[in-house]
Amino acid sequence: MNTQTSAQALAWIDLANPTRFLTLVERVLPWLVAACVGTFAVGLVQAFFAPDDYQQGATVKIMFIHVPSAWLAMFCWGLMSVAALGTLVWRHPLADVAAKVAAPIGAGFTFLCLITGSLWGRPMWGTYWVWDARLTSVLVLFLMYLGLIALWRTVEDPSRAGRAAAILTLVGAINLPIIKFSVDWWNTLHQPASVFRLGGPTIDASILAPLLWMALAFTLLFLTLHLAAMRNEILRRRVRTLRLMQAHAARGA
Amino acid sequence: MTLGPHADFIIVAYGMAAIVVGALIAWVLFDYGAQKRLLADLEARGIGRRGSETKPTADTRSA
Repeated sequence: MNTQTSAQALAWIDLANPTRFLTLVERVLPWLVAACVGTFAVGLVQAFFAPDDYQQGATVKIMFIHVPSAWLAMFCWGLMSVAALGTLVWRHPLADVAAKVAAPIGAGFTFLCLITGSLWGRPMWGTYWVWDARLTSVLVLFLMYLGLIALWRTVEDPSRAGRAAAILTLVGAINLPIIKFSVDWWNTLHQPASVFRLGGPTIDASILAPLLWMALAFTLLFLTLHLAAMRNEILRRRVRTLRLMQAHAARGA
Repeated sequence: MTLGPHADFIIVAYGMAAIVVGALIAWVLFDYGAQKRLLADLEARGIGRRGSETKPTADTRSA
């Protein structure tokens, strides 16, 4: 047991080495891309041939991109919160790299969630937007993503920016349960949970299957983009370090 | 299969998804190319991680 624990600890430390991490990314990325393309192919075919909903009609197809986007909008902030702990508590060298590059991806999916929700809302609710608790809390999440991106771009030193962003991320994480339970705590136009709920999903299997396939495809897409963006960020920091070394050398000469 | 009376909304929603996902993929690919070019340029000028006589900074160790 002890040997196993220390082996796991060693693997964790090994992964903390950015060069080793880059090697791992190079190895994993092609497989992730293939899995992503495969699941999207299945998901989109299923979404295309899914039957109309008895109330929503064909607009249920918008749900196949709206729900996975909403899931990723929250998952991404959750991931950044774990990374924030990694930065503040364990000082893991890759934690702030993971947090920094997740923000634009999370913002992209939150934007997609808001847009597709509006496009569904117009024919179904009769309005593109309503200031109910669910919609407003997701809009707040989107604005917080933009704030984080701005913070990362404002502070030049990545480690200083990382600590400030980690604190902001953890404070912002309070919004996650508010988003999730807003439909239960307040009287909202947005429907209550129908997938992740006690007692199981309330959706018919013919619509639930494409929804889950698309959720899997979107999650794989997120992981692929995140790993690739982390690789880019490590390279960007190498460039920064080499330029600092060059400046140091020039000053010393 | 028909998209019914609200086909426009469905098509625009999928179009927006394609644009956002396409933009994220393009960002990752272009950024990778740009960073690789910058690194190659620095190395071509003899500024390598191991080639320099300057002591490594905290950033070198973490990146």
